[in-house]
Amino acid sequence: MRLRLPRRRPRLWRVTILVLAALYFLGPIAASIRFSLIQNNGKDGLGNYTQVLHDALLSHALGTSLEIAGIATAILLVLMLPTVVWVRLKMPRIALLVESVSVLPIVIPPIVMGAGLAALQKNSGAGLQSLLFNSSLTGLTPFYVILALPFAYRSLDVGVRAIDLRTLVDAARSLGAGWFTLIVRVILPNVRTAVLTAASLSIALVLAEVVIAGTLLYDTFPVELVNQAQENTGLAVALSVLTLLITWLLLFAITFLGNRGSRARVGRLI
Amino acid sequence: MGSVAVLEQSPSLGPAARSRRGTLRGPWVGILPFALYVLLFLGLPLYEVLYGAITTSGGSLTWYNFNQTFHEPYTSDFISSLKLSLETAAIGGFFGMWLACAVVTSSPRNPLRRIVGSGSAVLAYFAGVPLAFTWIALLGRFGELTKILEHIGINLNNTSFTISSLTGVELAYVSFQVPLMVLLVTPALEGLRAEWREAATGLGASTFQYIRHVAAPVLFPAVTGAVLLLFGNAFAAYATAYALVGDTVQLVPGTIQNLMSGNVLVDENQVGLALGVEMIVVIAFIMVGYALLQRRAGRWLQ
Amino acid sequence: MKSRKHKGRAIAAALAAGALAAGVVAASGTASGATNWSNITSAKAGGGMAALVAAAKKEGTLNLIADPFNWTNYGQIITSFSKKYGIHVNDVNKLGTSQQEITALQTLGGQSRAPDAVDVGQSYALDNASLFAPYKVTEWNMIPAANKAANGTWANDYGGYISIGCNTSIVKVCPTSFADLNNAAYKNDVALDNSPVTANSAFSAVWAAALANGGSFDNITPGITFFQKLHQEGNFVETPGLPGAIASGQTPIVIDWDYNNAAAAVANAGKFKWTTAVPTDASYAAFYAQAISAKAPHPAAARLWLEYLYSSTGQNLWLKGLGRPVELQAMIKNKTVNQTYLKALPPVSKPAQYPSLAQVTAAEAVVAQQWAASQS
Repeated sequence: MRLRLPRRRPRLWRVTILVLAALYFLGPIAASIRFSLIQNNGKDGLGNYTQVLHDALLSHALGTSLEIAGIATAILLVLMLPTVVWVRLKMPRIALLVESVSVLPIVIPPIVMGAGLAALQKNSGAGLQSLLFNSSLTGLTPFYVILALPFAYRSLDVGVRAIDLRTLVDAARSLGAGWFTLIVRVILPNVRTAVLTAASLSIALVLAEVVIAGTLLYDTFPVELVNQAQENTGLAVALSVLTLLITWLLLFAITFLGNRGSRARVGRLI
Repeated sequence: MGSVAVLEQSPSLGPAARSRRGTLRGPWVGILPFALYVLLFLGLPLYEVLYGAITTSGGSLTWYNFNQTFHEPYTSDFISSLKLSLETAAIGGFFGMWLACAVVTSSPRNPLRRIVGSGSAVLAYFAGVPLAFTWIALLGRFGELTKILEHIGINLNNTSFTISSLTGVELAYVSFQVPLMVLLVTPALEGLRAEWREAATGLGASTFQYIRHVAAPVLFPAVTGAVLLLFGNAFAAYATAYALVGDTVQLVPGTIQNLMSGNVLVDENQVGLALGVEMIVVIAFIMVGYALLQRRAGRWLQ
Repeated sequence: MKSRKHKGRAIAAALAAGALAAGVVAASGTASGATNWSNITSAKAGGGMAALVAAAKKEGTLNLIADPFNWTNYGQIITSFSKKYGIHVNDVNKLGTSQQEITALQTLGGQSRAPDAVDVGQSYALDNASLFAPYKVTEWNMIPAANKAANGTWANDYGGYISIGCNTSIVKVCPTSFADLNNAAYKNDVALDNSPVTANSAFSAVWAAALANGGSFDNITPGITFFQKLHQEGNFVETPGLPGAIASGQTPIVIDWDYNNAAAAVANAGKFKWTTAVPTDASYAAFYAQAISAKAPHPAAARLWLEYLYSSTGQNLWLKGLGRPVELQAMIKNKTVNQTYLKALPPVSKPAQYPSLAQVTAAEAVVAQQWAASQS
């Protein structure tokens, strides 16, 4: 029975906190936008932003990074969604173990991971080097999947736990569904928010990761951003702000594609 | 939502429950892809780190690398890192908690939730040189806020405050710690059932009592787990600090980076790997704590 | 029967013609396409410049590393080289250090993305000559003997002096010596461009400060003490003088190579004037060195690149970026130097001397040990 909640007045503490948060996070960003609007000739204008469109190096690097982001996200979801479902369904007792393993990457410092990868590259034979490390697509993507594991697992797990998994699975199986149909056509539509969250986090990660890419000497988009900062600070700042805002917009838009159901659960907490 | 116990005890529902396609040898098969992937792409680099830490550049086993890490300057690097991480985890955790509460208690239809939700994901990863620059742009010598404050009579440049200091670094760190906290804690907050609140109110509890006796104990594991992750996150960061204060604040990951790529003494590269192993050990402790706390959290939030 | 004989003869004739044609192709092939440029030590030995250009064009790609575009005008050099020969140039890790360049040579092994040529600090060239392929450019004799390896494994390309860069909009009177920097007027103004423990430029700045304060090539400690004093006086800014910090005014005075300060001036020309001055109390200079990787995936392109750099075109482009090209004296003599660029070089009060490899190694060790403590 759904309770009809009275219209709430915006509580003062809530508003205060949100305003303070907005100032704290948007303040520095606003300041750098202001800075990026000063063009190289000293006058105000959008010069730095239009330059982004013309820079071949940057657009090439952006293309590479987006490619990596897409493939890594795909691998991530294909690997993790069935795993999460499987664990919840068949082996709930090792759920904690699996989650701990998937949290590992977030707490292994990227620089240490990078050092290990650099050593791996150095010690691997010519065959492996040309197979794996010669291009950023093969050299970075599999490891970015690992980096994205923690949040992906968490959000997929929350999503899967929120639905009545057992019933869905039993119903689908009794109708003769195989694993593939089960995951793709039965479970997936019900965990859209979780999947989209995992995907967007992984994309945000790839577009911001500089340590490992830099250590392995790949010129991905975020690495190129830092390089560009050398010559043209206004441009670099414009770019990092742009990336931030566009990613934000993307994730924001994605939230509209999610399920309605998960929202209704939340009631008055305080 | 069935509890774990029910799931385990549910008898097989007849032949329909076991589809003929994909009869399985045991539940462990399903974990195999995940396990293999992690073993390969996480295990291999980790193995290299471990191996490098206990060998010389020539390949013979040695304790030298680890020995070095127990001397200066590495010991003070560790202390700086630990201090910074603890402080920013606590501050980030505290304010992040408030922000998450504020967001979760607002109306579900409020676009604010989506904005903050997506914003947290993006800002949690926004770090390093770009982040440092945004803070210089705001509070640097000619920062926008500095100029505004000058207009109202406060000249920051005459005080001892400067963004090029440890304080500046902490301010910058908090700007990714808080979003991370929001990300981590929101699912737990959303798991607090409305029914509990209603039940508590029905029994005559005030808001404060509800928080103290119902919400807090339930949330405690998740919140502490999140703070632990915040610590790990800060512990691993260094680019932001470097861009603000150079090497006057020596952090362990920064030192590792230097050893890998700088003009320092020959053959110390392996010491960097030893430092890496030690970082992993510190964080392994955190993880164990996190796992234990999550187990407790799981019980309530199923 | 008649037809079979015909066929047989026809086949034989075809085979003979084919063999002849193959022979011709093979003969011409050896002359132009089959040279293994990895072992060639000069353009002449490989069949002349035309042959080199052709082979390089065929390879089509050049891999460089750690060449920031605004470092002694590398951007223009790379673009003009690429345009002239139609060779695509990859420049990875633009902000990398000399050490990272050497590590890349060792780690990337035979990958097709391994660097073809490197531009490293002097001590790195001396230390790692075994990684390089010997090659003497056409202008080899224009390079002074002290600035090259006798066997051709490396040669200096350009050099610069440690200088004091200054933002004239913020700083009213720009400092002209290390002694000036102690002035109370420069509170919160002075920065290094990076960490002396890891970056050659900042390390050299510390050594220059040492020379100005009674130190020598055997004693870098006065330099460390100088910056410690600056820090205690409140004149030193911890923030490294990265471009963002310079542009935002966070670091109004930066001690760096003169060509880097010149680049900062160009980058910020629209917003404020950034001057460059070589300090009157210390002349510390250093040359960088070019070398070709022994395992270069594009050996011909690598050699063509060096030929371009050491031609008067290349050397003048470096001069444009305020780097002092190694052939400068010879070019002044035979009048191939660009006079406009030459006049723009910051004046130097006394000529520089150069430390030995042993002295550099020892000094680096001292800085690595003492710098962090001196700044706390």
